Amino acid sequence: MSLSTIAGGLRRIGAGTRQAISRIGFAARFFVAVILHTPAAIRRIQLTLREVYFAGVLSLVVIMVSGLFVGMVLGLQGFDTLNRYGAGDSLGIFVGLSLVRELGPVVAGLLFASRAGSAITAEIGLMKTTEQLSAMEMMAVDPLARIIAPRFWGGVISMPLLAALFSVTGVFGAYLVGVRLIGVDNGTFWGNMQAGIDFWPDVTNGIIKSFVFGIAVSLIAVFEGFDAKPTAEGVSSATTRTVVGGSLAILALDFVLTVFMFRGVGE
Amino acid sequence: MPQSNVQSVPETPNAVDMAGVTFGYDRTRPVLKGIDMIIPRGKVVAIMGGSGCGKTTLLRLIGGQLRAQSGQVLVDGQEVSKLDRDGLFALRRKIGMLFQFGALFTDLSVFENVAFPIREHTTLPDTLIHDLVVMKLHAVGLRGAASLRPAELSGGMARRVALARAVALDPMLVLYDEPFAGLDPISLGVVGQLIRKLNDALGSTSVVVTHDIYESLKIVDYLYFVSDGRIIAQGNPDEVRQSTDPFVRQFVDGEPDGPVPFHYPARPYAEEFTSRVA
Repeated sequence: MSLSTIAGGLRRIGAGTRQAISRIGFAARFFVAVILHTPAAIRRIQLTLREVYFAGVLSLVVIMVSGLFVGMVLGLQGFDTLNRYGAGDSLGIFVGLSLVRELGPVVAGLLFASRAGSAITAEIGLMKTTEQLSAMEMMAVDPLARIIAPRFWGGVISMPLLAALFSVTGVFGAYLVGVRLIGVDNGTFWGNMQAGIDFWPDVTNGIIKSFVFGIAVSLIAVFEGFDAKPTAEGVSSATTRTVVGGSLAILALDFVLTVFMFRGVGE
Repeated sequence: MPQSNVQSVPETPNAVDMAGVTFGYDRTRPVLKGIDMIIPRGKVVAIMGGSGCGKTTLLRLIGGQLRAQSGQVLVDGQEVSKLDRDGLFALRRKIGMLFQFGALFTDLSVFENVAFPIREHTTLPDTLIHDLVVMKLHAVGLRGAASLRPAELSGGMARRVALARAVALDPMLVLYDEPFAGLDPISLGVVGQLIRKLNDALGSTSVVVTHDIYESLKIVDYLYFVSDGRIIAQGNPDEVRQSTDPFVRQFVDGEPDGPVPFHYPARPYAEEFTSRVA
């Protein structure tokens, strides 16, 4: 391998690293700008509520159907595993904790990134491509206040609600399979769940997680849309980056949050 | 052809006054090289030139979307590059802009598109906003299309709605970016006449960036020709028609080759084959 090839490789790594750092810096400044424009989004709450509808209400079907199936699978697999140790009656608490602490926020977050995050990025990217954002700027209307901040907060508000609904339908799915199909005692199923799940920390930790995921996915979605190259290929790449980046961010943040939330486990 | 017969009005500043403006998207390749241009109030002025010559860049400098690297861009007497964001937005409230393909907001109806700048910048009651929007849409002949969505409009209709939106706040200056691009002859004539009539009715000033020489000659008061980042010719429509300037002639006569070459710069044609053999 020649020296120039090595130098070329190093140059590319250096350029890539520099570009990545500069993009993170831009994203951080963008985040601050979105926060600074939040009062505008609050003042015109109807804009934010409209985004709650688009990001949240229109995601209901995919979230609830997925929650139901995940819950049903959890019911089957959970009962099979627990029953080997003679703990089949603990299905309720097993399903409840799994959904409220982990699966609800994480799977709902992944679905949210795919359904709503990609839609937000594509919409903003296309607005940029068709010069709608430039037109707005030329009309002395700040797109950060009129377009970006409402979509960001619409996503942040929707995410915990969707995660909660995912968990609820998941529990219902597990009930259908565990109680109705397999025959676990109805009272035991609900009683164990009620006794074993605390609002603090179990439910609240799940809510905190879904809120953090909502911030991460919504920020990535609006940023990628705003930063998309104004071409068909640029919007397509930005949409892909939202789904991939959003999903990875959720999984990484989930680990970090779990470490902090359940640090007492095993001591 | 005279170098400039557009005189500024001494009492009030020109709508646009550019002096020695240089701009490039990167430092090595300037797009505009020392542009001097005056756009007096009340006039319709065309900026013409081939694709990629810097016409739209000029428009973006006037609107403050770009900042000149050197030289001055004065709009309504204010130097655009020295304005902060609030100052720029205050200036833009006096400017309307028609984008190449309309840039209508696809999630809003035609009515709401035209109402958008009025809602954003005034506290007028809905009844008054309704009347204003109806008047603007009537002026462009699309009162009956108020409830349609942008996706339901033809290219010409979309351009007219965008025109109604651009003049919604009765701006002092209206910027048109390729208003005739992609239009059929009827729509093209309609848009051209609307630009002239609205300019005169509102007492505003219009800057039309275009490469449609025939339509421009019918409606404008003055033309600037830009090539390779410089103003290479200018004059009123009669002077342009009679001009013997090779660039102007090539533009007016639509010649494929001339001062604007047909071929992109390349090494000699024969070399392409000889070097391949070698």
